[in-house]
Amino acid sequence: MLLEIKSLSASYGSIKALFDVNIEVAEGELVTLVGANGAGKTTIMKVISGIQRASGGSVEFAGKNITRLAAEKRVRLGISQVPEGRQLFTPMSVHDNLCLGAFTRNDANTKCDLDEIYEQFPILFERKDQPAGTLSGGEQQMVAIGRALMARPKLLLLDEPSMGLSPLLVDQTFATIKKLAKQGTTIFLVEQNAYMALSIADRGYVLEGGHTTISGTGDELMSDERVKNAYLGV
Amino acid sequence: MSAQFLQFLFSGITVGAIYALVGVGFSVIYNSSNVINFAQGEFVMIGGMATVFLSAAGVPLPLAIILAVLAAVIIGYLVEKLAIEPAKGSSVVNLIIITIGVSIFLRGLAQVVFDRNFHSLKAFSGTEPIQIAGASITTQSLWVIGGLVIATLVLGWFFNRTLTGKAMLATSYNKDAAKLVGINTGRILQLSFMIAAFLGAVSGILIAPIALTYANVGVMLGLKGFCAAMVGGLGNPMAAIAGGLLVGVAEALTAGYLSSAYKDAVAFIIILLVLFFMPSGLFGRKEVDKV
Ligand SMILES: Nc1ncnc2c1ncn2[C@@H]1O[C@H](COP(=O)(O)OP(=O)(O)OP(=O)(O)O)[C@@H](O)[C@H]1O
Ligand SMILES: [Mg+2]
Repeated sequence: MLLEIKSLSASYGSIKALFDVNIEVAEGELVTLVGANGAGKTTIMKVISGIQRASGGSVEFAGKNITRLAAEKRVRLGISQVPEGRQLFTPMSVHDNLCLGAFTRNDANTKCDLDEIYEQFPILFERKDQPAGTLSGGEQQMVAIGRALMARPKLLLLDEPSMGLSPLLVDQTFATIKKLAKQGTTIFLVEQNAYMALSIADRGYVLEGGHTTISGTGDELMSDERVKNAYLGV
Repeated sequence: MSAQFLQFLFSGITVGAIYALVGVGFSVIYNSSNVINFAQGEFVMIGGMATVFLSAAGVPLPLAIILAVLAAVIIGYLVEKLAIEPAKGSSVVNLIIITIGVSIFLRGLAQVVFDRNFHSLKAFSGTEPIQIAGASITTQSLWVIGGLVIATLVLGWFFNRTLTGKAMLATSYNKDAAKLVGINTGRILQLSFMIAAFLGAVSGILIAPIALTYANVGVMLGLKGFCAAMVGGLGNPMAAIAGGLLVGVAEALTAGYLSSAYKDAVAFIIILLVLFFMPSGLFGRKEVDKV
């Protein structure tokens, strides 16, 4: 397993946000986590990337227990997160945002090779000298994904990449995710848009009230009555 | 332009350059932690006092300066390591109070290590002033202004051209996102204390031949540097430079045309005006967020 989360719990002060969360992601997989507003999806992402502390359980990455490892060291191991709400360095140029994504690479000082990113997202090349905060929501999402990819991650964490985007851009974003998965990137995707997420995922988990309940392949979950009722609106 | 005005302008720019250097230190630390470091003035004092005492002990001036700056940078590092880092996670207010404690401690320590007297440093290149359009400017003023120009250029290069500088800016814009790209934000804070100490010490050394230096010299200079940073807009190191020059010139003009009794009030009046009319400072960060 590339990522293995075992009976994980986390809390904000006295508020318990997660308990007994169990998730596995194998190399090359596209796994999604769906759940309602406030279910704790973002908290899981933050615990995996190290921004939020776990209060119990463990997170293992490539066989190594990283539960207590500092966030910046996890990036070096190969975990990149595209955070909810994009979290760009808004006053800095698109170019600088992308280059900072390569911060942990040993060649980061000498080289910021953005060719691949610009090939993936041609519009960003046109925008490269603009402050990232002046871009449209969809373009900002591309910068956020591009920035995460610049670290050449083994595992890409995506937290609601479709949030706040128009339907057309949502389709585009999911197409990008599918493409990245095809190219071999292991992806763990968190979405409220359960239908879209499950339809491109190899496997999925359902998070309810801070706890992983149902899991299965994307197709299994999409045909599961409970999932249908609660998340697919059918 | 009258010779008298020019004279006031020269002295204003000189002292303003010092405020500017101190102010940049405030901004750099604020950027990495949202903390106002009230021990900033003590770095100025350490620079000046250490240079005075080292050169009195027979160390050649250039070497004394290097050693004094080095000492200040090490102390800046220690302040972060021993006083700020252990309190990681406390509120910003608590951290600010800690820096006030550090300031008092360093002043007390200086009275023991150095002494309680006033000292003057020999001007770097003689005391013969240069005449410009009827006004005279000391060569030490030129050193001060030159110091500011060099510091501005180096800082501009650092923040805009180096990866570490950009990482520092990134941390100030979004700390969590900085961690997510692998920036060690704790290191960034250490570095910011070292840069602030460096700039403080340099300004303390440059001003020592112009104003007397003593264990408590950092109190007023620190406050003026804080004004510089506030007036320019906290969190924008380059704006602190403009803020410092503005405060310095306003002070000199007030002292010259009105009375030097009002001099120290000027900085604070400017702060009040700026905060009242432009709460984020003259060059405050404009939020360019679009959702
Ligand atoms: N910083 C915080 N302090 C206190 N409680 C928090 C904090 N962040 C989240 N919570 C709480 O933890 C729970 C889980 O929040 P989380 O953001 O992980 O949910 P989510 O599934 O990502 O929701 P959304 O779909 O809105 O993004 C919620 O009840 C939320 O109110
Ligand atoms: Mg969320």
